[in-house]
Amino acid sequence: MTEAETAAARAGSTPYVDPARVRYRKRHAVRSAAIGILSLLVTTAIVVAVVVRTPGWPAVQETFFNPEEFAASFPELVEAFWLNIRIFLIAEPLILIVGLSVALVRRLRNPLFLPLRLLATVYVDVFRGVPTLLVILLLGFGVPALDLQGAPDDVLVWGIVALVLSYGAYVAEVFRAGIDSVHPSQRMAARSLGLSEWQTNRYVVLPQAVRNVTPPLLNDFISLQKDTALVSVLGPIEVLRQAQIDASFNFNYTPYVAAACLFIALTIPMTRFADWLQARQRRQRGAGT
Amino acid sequence: MSRGGDMSTVQVTAGVPMLQVTDVWKAFGNESVLRGISLDVRRHEVVVLIGASGSGKSTLLRCINGLEAVDAGTILLDGEIDVTAFKADLDKVRRRVGIVFQSYNLFPHLTVLDNVTLGPRKVLRESASSTQDRARALLARFGLLEKAGDYPDRLSGGQQQRVAIVRALAMSPEILLFDEITSALDPLLVGEVLDAVRELKSEGLTILMATHEMSFARDVADRVCFLNRGVVCEEGPPQQVLGAPREEATRAFLAHLLG
Repeated sequence: MTEAETAAARAGSTPYVDPARVRYRKRHAVRSAAIGILSLLVTTAIVVAVVVRTPGWPAVQETFFNPEEFAASFPELVEAFWLNIRIFLIAEPLILIVGLSVALVRRLRNPLFLPLRLLATVYVDVFRGVPTLLVILLLGFGVPALDLQGAPDDVLVWGIVALVLSYGAYVAEVFRAGIDSVHPSQRMAARSLGLSEWQTNRYVVLPQAVRNVTPPLLNDFISLQKDTALVSVLGPIEVLRQAQIDASFNFNYTPYVAAACLFIALTIPMTRFADWLQARQRRQRGAGT
Repeated sequence: MSRGGDMSTVQVTAGVPMLQVTDVWKAFGNESVLRGISLDVRRHEVVVLIGASGSGKSTLLRCINGLEAVDAGTILLDGEIDVTAFKADLDKVRRRVGIVFQSYNLFPHLTVLDNVTLGPRKVLRESASSTQDRARALLARFGLLEKAGDYPDRLSGGQQQRVAIVRALAMSPEILLFDEITSALDPLLVGEVLDAVRELKSEGLTILMATHEMSFARDVADRVCFLNRGVVCEEGPPQQVLGAPREEATRAFLAHLLG
């Protein structure tokens, strides 16, 4: 580098990097990419070669990855999957409402609300402890059998209620952790301005709490998308039940694989979104002091 | 223990003190922090609290704001509101008493402007447009107008603390409490925050502040109170307390501070 160039770099705002170092960094980047791609190709080739060579492979391919079966069952499966999506779309907002309400009730300090607080605590303890499938069976078969006046006898309704109760308990704990994650000094600052307890929660604590727990909440959403399949035990023809029917019809499991693909097609974008959101939050925190 | 009610050097309004702290006790567990402290602040007066960490400065300020409940004693605001009454309406107290903390405590999810307008909008129930106009005017006065749309984490410590002062000021408090507001700041940023306090004094605000900035205290305070072991050990005009302290404890503290 010439004296003039050095002087120009010092005077200007453009950063100066030694050209030799630039070349080294570029070489290093190219080499890293090449090694990565090569490693991926070799590993894939080995796995494919080993799997295809196994004696059972043709049978596996015929039973699980049969293109004709896939194509034949797919339209029906997509139609049935719409029910899963509807279950999810109905259950999710209700879960958020139940979860947030229970979390808030558990924080009430007025002694008048002691029964409510105890109820919320018992609810979370019970429904976090019982497997979701069991809750679905209990409500889906148990409640309609009671013949209660006015109670809907559609098992689908009770399946959704069971999902809401089961997930609501988890989400309540997530919200509670979020509320606890807001530093007490925030509450103090809000109260010092004259904001009431309720206003402090509404405008200062909850917005921060919800932001802090968005990634774990999304995680629970993803889990819920899959668990809509549990409602199949009650009889509604959602995607898992449809796949079961198709599979038993031809003694071929390809419809199960097709159903799995549908779930993955829904959960992967959601997972990536959750990852992106989490990374963005980390960046934002990093940017702060 | 001397009382500052009728100091001839203090040029403040006569009559009922803005703040009357009388024989206040406060303990945390078995640790007694305030041991019967008494202190008056008159309207338009700037009173500076000095003293070692643990001498009770912060606790006193928090008691005045109702953020901590006293164990005994009374705190009277403007001669009429008893902060220490068993059923005191603390939200009402806090509308009239502003406090700024050492650690700023801005709301990170709100812009600077929303930090400032939250109190007036939700507590004083003022319209959004009028609070925004007033907030902008206040921000402009403290050189922060261009930061109005930013989130607090984009601001320097000094800027954040000035926003915290503006946030307290937006409630039009009758007295402002400052709890070591420059202690968490980079030394280079202390000046801008202290300048903001000078500006407030020039407007006649009533201020009670805890600080370790002795030269600032000498400069701005109408009266300096040295707190020691939970009581006012010595008080008087800054020249006297800082320049020619009468009490041995004050001398020891100042000597220690100056190294």
